[in-house]
Amino acid sequence: MSALLSVSDAHVSYGKVEAVRSVSLDVADNEIVTIIGANGAGKTTLLNAIMGVLPLKGTTAFAGMDMAALDIEDRVAAGLSLVPEHRELFGTMNVEDNLLLGAFRIPKATAAQSFERVYALFPRLKERRKQLAGTLSGGEQQMLAMGRALMGAPKLLMLDEPSLGLAPIIVADIFRTIGELRAAGVSVLLIEQNAQAALKIADRAYVMELGEFILSGSASDIASNQRVAASYLGFQHEGASEI
Amino acid sequence: MNTTIMLFLLQDGITNGAIYALLGLALVLVFAVTRVILIPQGEFVTFGALSYAVLATGKVPGTAWLALAMGAAAFALDLFDARRSLRLKRILRSLALNIALPAAILALTYGLAGPRTPIAVNIALSLLIVAAIGLFLYRIAFQPLAHTSVLVLLIASVGCHLALQGLGLVFFGAEGLRGPALSSAALTIGPLRFTGQSLAVYGLTIAFIVALWLFFGFTLMGKALRATAVNRLGARLVGIRTTLSGQIAFLLASLIGAISGILIVPITTLYYDTGFLIGLKGFIAAIIGGLVSYPLTAVAALIVGSVEAFSSFYASNFKEVIVFTLILPVLVLRSLAAPAVEEEKD
Repeated sequence: MSALLSVSDAHVSYGKVEAVRSVSLDVADNEIVTIIGANGAGKTTLLNAIMGVLPLKGTTAFAGMDMAALDIEDRVAAGLSLVPEHRELFGTMNVEDNLLLGAFRIPKATAAQSFERVYALFPRLKERRKQLAGTLSGGEQQMLAMGRALMGAPKLLMLDEPSLGLAPIIVADIFRTIGELRAAGVSVLLIEQNAQAALKIADRAYVMELGEFILSGSASDIASNQRVAASYLGFQHEGASEI
Repeated sequence: MNTTIMLFLLQDGITNGAIYALLGLALVLVFAVTRVILIPQGEFVTFGALSYAVLATGKVPGTAWLALAMGAAAFALDLFDARRSLRLKRILRSLALNIALPAAILALTYGLAGPRTPIAVNIALSLLIVAAIGLFLYRIAFQPLAHTSVLVLLIASVGCHLALQGLGLVFFGAEGLRGPALSSAALTIGPLRFTGQSLAVYGLTIAFIVALWLFFGFTLMGKALRATAVNRLGARLVGIRTTLSGQIAFLLASLIGAISGILIVPITTLYYDTGFLIGLKGFIAAIIGGLVSYPLTAVAALIVGSVEAFSSFYASNFKEVIVFTLILPVLVLRSLAAPAVEEEKD
């Protein structure tokens, strides 16, 4: 199985400060991969660098293409999509226009199908389609951000903390939708502080600490790892000892 | 005060105000999309007006050559940028846009220019020339600086203004020019006489505002431009190129500038440096609109035009002083009403 996204030996720096050090990761077709880690571990930085928002030292290949020479817009056209932490919606435009612009790089005919697909995933957006994006609730804005990214029919969707600041019931809703994306043929790279929820839907996981991956493996292995359980899942296994 | 005089002044003010409205709208558009405060807007006015006036005498204006020269510079920049990954398709596209297009415009100008060329053709040629200049100006001066602060962009903008004004002096000389009127028809309503020219000013202004409204409200490209203005990163993340948005904004601004110039040049004699002052009045309207609001800018432009008309009647020596002083209370009010503005970072 060849990897859809393959990052090797990636370094990302802010000036002299290296926020991500020698990170390598793969995402295969139809796979949900999560990166968990504490605040400030460098997860968002890594995702932004993969998207081309920040400069990345190392190699990134996506769908068999070297992405070094591609800028953000080219990566979008290649099928890579990022739902950023701050969502970056077009606040003074309505929901429908936000979605329409999500399909900016794909043919008009395909855009109509994308609308159907997104409205099926998020019926709430259809109800609110004439409302300005800036007036939506936090959960609806997150749905819109995901919907907008999905409008471009990406091969890989990268989600940066989709549960941030949302009510638990909405979080559950959003995670269920992420699970459904696999059926639609979209791979997912998910960054989460809510490790428990993320590990439940993911196939594989990486654990990030201070800019480096300290652990990787199948999501169930990671979930049962004692150190992960202690630091990220908020409970200790029976008789667990600090590693 | 005599009502007839007042009506005359008001009519005069609204005619000028309509022009300022067009220019103000272009400034708001360019600022929203690219964060550039477009000082050289006035040069687009002058270039459009004087190219039209020169074409009307049957000669080819130097601006047609300038467009080709700027296109060559833009092509060189494209090549330099693409040096690491030379893709044939990209180079051919750049060649077509930056060299073939202005060369075709130049050839067309030489082919069509003559003492008997119809006015409509001359207008079209002037618009093409200035639009090309606007497009290349963005590529040469602003696209390489797109990531810098508003202040850096403003300094570049002042530089462009000075350079283009100097070139204006080279192309058109120090003497002013006047162009032929678009129409010699006239219409009398009561004491007021509307010339065909002033009707054209109203008509074109309204048509342009409606066209802009349709463009931004109903086309994908117009929405993409708005999206870039609202959230630059968000726009990039859906694949809208900031450079494409910038090009379109500059293209529209230069077209609007050139149209304004062509509308004014039959009414008043324009000199190579007149555009700056006209552009500044559009700028005042744009500032009153907070550089964000299109309707407020349009209304402010009509007020600026009217104040100008009245002050030139009552205190003509202080005409400009009064008009530009308008900006002070607005700035004070705005600074009181708005919280400290943060420099946008991206």
